[in-house]
Amino acid sequence: MAEIRNYTLNFGPQHPAAHGVLRLVLEMDGEVIERADPHVGLLHRGTEKLAETKHYLQSLPYMDRLDYVSMMSNEHAYCMAIEQMLGLEVPVRAQYIRVMFDEITRLLNHLMWLGAHGLDIGAMTVFLYAFREREDLMDCYEAVSGARMHAAYYRPGGVYRDLPDTMPRFKGASKWHSEAEMKALNETREGSMLDFIEAFTERFPGYVDEYETLLTDNRIWKQRTVGVGVVSPERALQMGFTGPMIRGSGIAWDLRKKQPYEVYDRLTFDIPVGVNGDCYDRYLVRIEEMRQSNHIIKQCVNWLRKNPGPVISDDHKVAPPKRQEVKEEMEALIHHFKLFSEGFSLPKGEAYAAVEHPKGEFGIYLLSDGSNKPYRLKIRAPGFAHLAGMDEMVRGHMLADVVAVIGTQDIVFGEIDR
Amino acid sequence: MSDYYQELAQKAATAFGEALVSSKVEFGELTLEVAPANLIAVATGLRDGAEFACEELIDLCGADYSEYDHGSWSGERFAVIYHLLSVSKNHRIRLRCFAEGELPRVESVVDVWNSANWYEREAFDMYGIVFDGHPDLRRILTDYGFIGHPFRKDFPISGNVEMRYDPELRRVVYEPVTIDPRNMVPQAFREDHRYLAQELGGDKRG
Repeated sequence: MAEIRNYTLNFGPQHPAAHGVLRLVLEMDGEVIERADPHVGLLHRGTEKLAETKHYLQSLPYMDRLDYVSMMSNEHAYCMAIEQMLGLEVPVRAQYIRVMFDEITRLLNHLMWLGAHGLDIGAMTVFLYAFREREDLMDCYEAVSGARMHAAYYRPGGVYRDLPDTMPRFKGASKWHSEAEMKALNETREGSMLDFIEAFTERFPGYVDEYETLLTDNRIWKQRTVGVGVVSPERALQMGFTGPMIRGSGIAWDLRKKQPYEVYDRLTFDIPVGVNGDCYDRYLVRIEEMRQSNHIIKQCVNWLRKNPGPVISDDHKVAPPKRQEVKEEMEALIHHFKLFSEGFSLPKGEAYAAVEHPKGEFGIYLLSDGSNKPYRLKIRAPGFAHLAGMDEMVRGHMLADVVAVIGTQDIVFGEIDR
Repeated sequence: MSDYYQELAQKAATAFGEALVSSKVEFGELTLEVAPANLIAVATGLRDGAEFACEELIDLCGADYSEYDHGSWSGERFAVIYHLLSVSKNHRIRLRCFAEGELPRVESVVDVWNSANWYEREAFDMYGIVFDGHPDLRRILTDYGFIGHPFRKDFPISGNVEMRYDPELRRVVYEPVTIDPRNMVPQAFREDHRYLAQELGGDKRG
């Protein structure tokens, strides 16, 4: 009989399936994992400490860089914490825009997750498809904020500006693209941004069907995911899991339903829940979430078409006045100057605001001493708790299943290391 | 929502009595403060008590109060702040525990909520708070061989060492930082805060 040797295996940080900079030290008995010890912190930038040296508005763009595949959801939690402490009312149109972009962000995140998860465990095609759709959604980001990823679009009191009336178009035929091709590319870009998003929501369910054709009944896919990384509901609670990780285990917990913020209580959508708590169930949960997000976006587009209005608070102690006013009125000029140099102060106290981020509960804990900078800012990243549960999830599995578990946890190091 | 938390504060007061140092409802959230000696008893009570049922520890973080209140803070320097969530009751409770002593120590709650494991490692790494009874209290976010606790208020924002590749030694070397500390945004306290004024019935533009 051959001798079986025990190994300690270093997985990452440069391994492509490590989703960034995860270093996993695996203690193995043959090919079976006995203990997984994730070493994190290779992307630690000290966002929380940096925030203590800046006024509130200056820290906002740092939020994009936490979970860098779901940028606006991070900003949302940060703005909500500030608004909670100020008791600031957000105009209802801004709330709808935020909800719409939260769901666009969820699609962006889930598409990225689906592509990367598929690629990790042997499905190449879905990656290419997922990135095709991400491109359209990134264009929405770019149209409202000028940036494809790090938008800094949500601001305390609302959003930076209203949705644009036109979508940027592809210009001019070249030797690579014929006139007819350009026309096809620009077909949905003729109208306003809402037209573009609506056209996307019409197409998107068909795309999700395509992904499901590739994966849901695929024998290889099921062999790699069914029964892998099973988490019972009790353990999911104990380990602090949230989002699709807890819903995959059968607990119907979603902040959008249970503790509704913005206008989620006015919209209709369902919360998909898994049964077995394995990787396959979490895959099904996320796929259904994409369909539900699409449904929410549709409702928001309909509402936003009919109801024009302000998109940011008119309280100029917190939100900047209009450019035109700054040029004409003394008071507006002073507000503008004070707001961007000194910033605004929060009352003394503490607040915790959480949103249903695509990965789980993303929370911001603010401790203020009454000045214009946070005294302590704590970012509650969902991935941190999930990765802490890695050891328990992979114990007794084979080495190849570690990759499946990393994929199913939807790890992004920007938020875990902060 | 505030009324609900007032009632919950009442329930906590009757359930834990002397063990609670204080409790308050602010910005629609309930904060309980507990002495380190009673931490485990209160944490277990909050998890198992039918009226609290906080099954999930959502977050745990340290805080350094040494510069709080214009630097006039007189209490203990380090606090550990627990954010609890009840999935069955749909409420949140914040628990604060000030660590006592020269070497700040707090009992570990890993046995109450397993998710505390990494959060406590993080609080230890960032603030040097020691969690008694933690199974594996190692640094988590900082570099291997890092010295100091970076989130303490007396730790400079630029850090203490910088790193570069030395072509002569042909390896990476650490040297003291060459960056001068600078403050881009002066701290401004607004005691005549209009939000305070609003609470006192003052003018919104005050």
